[in-house]
Amino acid sequence: MKLDGKIPEGPLDQKWTKYKNSVRLVNPSNKRNIEVIVVGTGLAGSSAAASLAEMGYKVKAFCFQDSPRRAHSIAAQGGINAAKNYMNDGDSTYRLFYDTIKGGDYRSREANVHRLAEVSASIIDQCVAQGVPFARDYGGLLDNRSFGGTQVSRTFYAKGQTGQQLLLGAYSALSRQIGKGSVKLYNRHEMMDLVVVDGKARGIIARNMITGEIESHSGHAVVLCTGGYGNVFFLSTNAMGSNVTAAWRAHRRGAAFANACFTQIHPTCIPVSGDHQSKLTLMSESLRNDGRIWVPLHKEDAEAIRAKKLKPTDLPEERRDYYLERRYPAFGNLVPRDVASRAAKERCDAGFGVNATGEAVYLDFASAIMRYGKTAATVQGVHNATEDQIRELGTKVVEGKYGNLFQMYEQIVAENPYKTPMMIYPAVHYTMGGLWVNYELMTTVTGCYACGEANFSDHGANRLGASALMQGLADGYFVLPYTIGNYLADEISTGAISTKTTEFVEAEKAVRERLEGLFKTTGTETVDTYHKKLGKIIWDYCGMARNKQGLEFAISEIRKIREDFYKNVKVPGGMNGVNTELEKATRVADFIELGELMCLDALERNESCGGHFREEFQTEEGEALRVDEAFSYVAAWEFTGDPSAPKMNKEDLIYENIKVQQRSYK
Amino acid sequence: MSNGNMNLTLKVWRQSNSTAAGKMENYQLGGVSPDMSFLEMIDMLNEQIIRKGEDAIAFDHDCREGICGMCSMFINGEAHGPNRGVTTCQLHMRSFKDGDTIYIEPWRAEGFPVVKDLMVDRAAFDRIIQSGGFVSVNTSGRTMDANAIPIPKDDADKAFDAATCIGCGACVATCPNSSAMLFVSAKVSQFALLPQGHPERKERVLNMVKQMDEEGFGNCSNIGACEVQCPKSISIENIARMNREYLSASVKPEN
Repeated sequence: MKLDGKIPEGPLDQKWTKYKNSVRLVNPSNKRNIEVIVVGTGLAGSSAAASLAEMGYKVKAFCFQDSPRRAHSIAAQGGINAAKNYMNDGDSTYRLFYDTIKGGDYRSREANVHRLAEVSASIIDQCVAQGVPFARDYGGLLDNRSFGGTQVSRTFYAKGQTGQQLLLGAYSALSRQIGKGSVKLYNRHEMMDLVVVDGKARGIIARNMITGEIESHSGHAVVLCTGGYGNVFFLSTNAMGSNVTAAWRAHRRGAAFANACFTQIHPTCIPVSGDHQSKLTLMSESLRNDGRIWVPLHKEDAEAIRAKKLKPTDLPEERRDYYLERRYPAFGNLVPRDVASRAAKERCDAGFGVNATGEAVYLDFASAIMRYGKTAATVQGVHNATEDQIRELGTKVVEGKYGNLFQMYEQIVAENPYKTPMMIYPAVHYTMGGLWVNYELMTTVTGCYACGEANFSDHGANRLGASALMQGLADGYFVLPYTIGNYLADEISTGAISTKTTEFVEAEKAVRERLEGLFKTTGTETVDTYHKKLGKIIWDYCGMARNKQGLEFAISEIRKIREDFYKNVKVPGGMNGVNTELEKATRVADFIELGELMCLDALERNESCGGHFREEFQTEEGEALRVDEAFSYVAAWEFTGDPSAPKMNKEDLIYENIKVQQRSYK
Repeated sequence: MSNGNMNLTLKVWRQSNSTAAGKMENYQLGGVSPDMSFLEMIDMLNEQIIRKGEDAIAFDHDCREGICGMCSMFINGEAHGPNRGVTTCQLHMRSFKDGDTIYIEPWRAEGFPVVKDLMVDRAAFDRIIQSGGFVSVNTSGRTMDANAIPIPKDDADKAFDAATCIGCGACVATCPNSSAMLFVSAKVSQFALLPQGHPERKERVLNMVKQMDEEGFGNCSNIGACEVQCPKSISIENIARMNREYLSASVKPEN
């Protein structure tokens, strides 16, 4: 397999402009005869499908949910970055580019990231034009806040529901095209395979989740916007239905899967409460603008808190350890996610955890409430305000900023976070790895593209907060609609693609046999049992910290799970009609194969970088130690027919504009 | 921790497909923890059902954090259950007692036919949005700067509040008329409150209301149950605003 990034020549800040000026175009009358399949309707999928239809292509959009509006982008809370410099704090395209490369621990492509930073400002303009109600200040202009890994305020937001508002914007654009007949929507359809004809992606096999029918759909190109694979861990902040099947099936058809071990463990999630738990809930990173993270300074206090003999609010300042502020004075509570997560794990492993399981730290808003309260009292002309009055005023300000998050916390934990600090712990949130794509977002299968979280390209080994929404919309609105034309320009005389060819018929048959096989076992184990087993192994050995021995053990365990799954899984019902257990089984089967690849990838990468922390490679202070001489590359894995023996291909990362150095947030 | 000790009697609507007759089935479930979410309790019940070799209860759910709008259960006669301002997935078992009997049904409305068990078809909502719930702006890097038109904070905040609708359909399920006016008015209001929505203001409200009627949803008779049961507490002021928008779009002569 040859990996050609197709990075345009020329200076970094002119590559995208030059590309756009020279890329081939498809004229309007030809666009009408070209069909594009878009799988997934999150930020990347909805924006891509809407934009392509607006340009004149015929689009078929697929989602497994009952409506495109339900895609999990909807749950993103905190915000979206853009280099607008509205705050006059020195932000620029270059700084956004630089922060993103550095945040990704120097494992992403310069040209892609610079393009992302370049188009970021247009995203905000586009969304405002669509009627997305971003937060505004009293002058009527847009407000910004700060996120981790940066020293400017460049994050646009809509309370704690930014993802919802952006997705509804893209969904409305998509709905407009569906209403016009330019997009045909296939909801409650799940992609089961990619169809490749003469080396080109020509369609997909999908299962109609209502009737159970296995259907063939053809197109001149296939765009996968199917999100990340965090649910391989079973417990994650992903939606229950989020899965890797579309990407994994494309991988099995020839698309290289890159940097599978780069997964993001988000520092501020609600801790696990018991074995019954089906998913984890994020508390937005934006809370670290105002929340201070701490654990007790002395172990005996932590023990007393765990035994419920001591309340956190009773612990005086001098007996608290604000460990992020202590370790990273320059960035404090706003260090990047990987750094904050590891620091929490370090304190909890050392015995300072604050909940019954010892796996939680505090996120405390008391000082923010008092600080805002004092300002509010001054503004309102309340002189000599009492402490209670100040607290009340401050609580209102905090409620205005994060109200829905606090309410969500209270629902789940049954504690009032305005009065007692939140308890949080890291949880799986995002996957930086994904399908390898070139500068044009094309995978190693000609005509098959990947956008948004499904691809690997922009976040390196760690994604900065508020950058996922930016990337999803950048890819869908402003990148893919240009780059796909360069390929489709050759398709103007292809004509309609038949689904009666051998390739479609065989792919359909293979899907049917794969699904039927799942009913043929004599076993009694539920699908969830396997998913939980897999998730625990990956979390224990390929989670926040990894080592050689653990990864080797995990690989052998995952192989056993795979073998056992096909012998003993129990899938009730049949192929026809709604069968939610069958849906889960097909997804878990692919997660098992992906899980093994993650461990193989982590084992091969003998260094620590970003979210990939190999215990053997750390600095004296316990920070990630990169080995640039040997590992400054993208590991793009090729499927060989045996899930245990993928072949690794390397794309060297070349930094022409940025000086690669040890990340420091001190 | 989660060593549950609640025993429940569950009466669940089972219907094998959209054309089959349905009925309430009884299930006993023990070992339920008060820390479980309602859907985790259903997961537990499904594990029990699957181990017996029977067909799992089909229900819609996805994000399980109250934002995707997919979960949709009518619990003890209330959309999303007994608590206010939460979806079914955010409802926790601590809101119930040991020994309780819980009735679980799908949304029931002409516009939302049952697909299977607790799963309904809400595509009517999508079609209403497709009829006008958007601003007609194509993707372009050349719209205008996002700060070119200042928007009074109060308008922006109200537009946001309306826009937080998750499209779950609890308003329809809870309304004796199966009216979708809270849902439709939330989208109409969002765009009526923002300058970006103004050019298409008239056609939008007329088209969306027309589609709403065609889908078989009833009219609003000011009962107000929708606002109470709405997991996002969308205000019925939006319905009043939509009525004004509709009236003005209907009677004003063309400019």
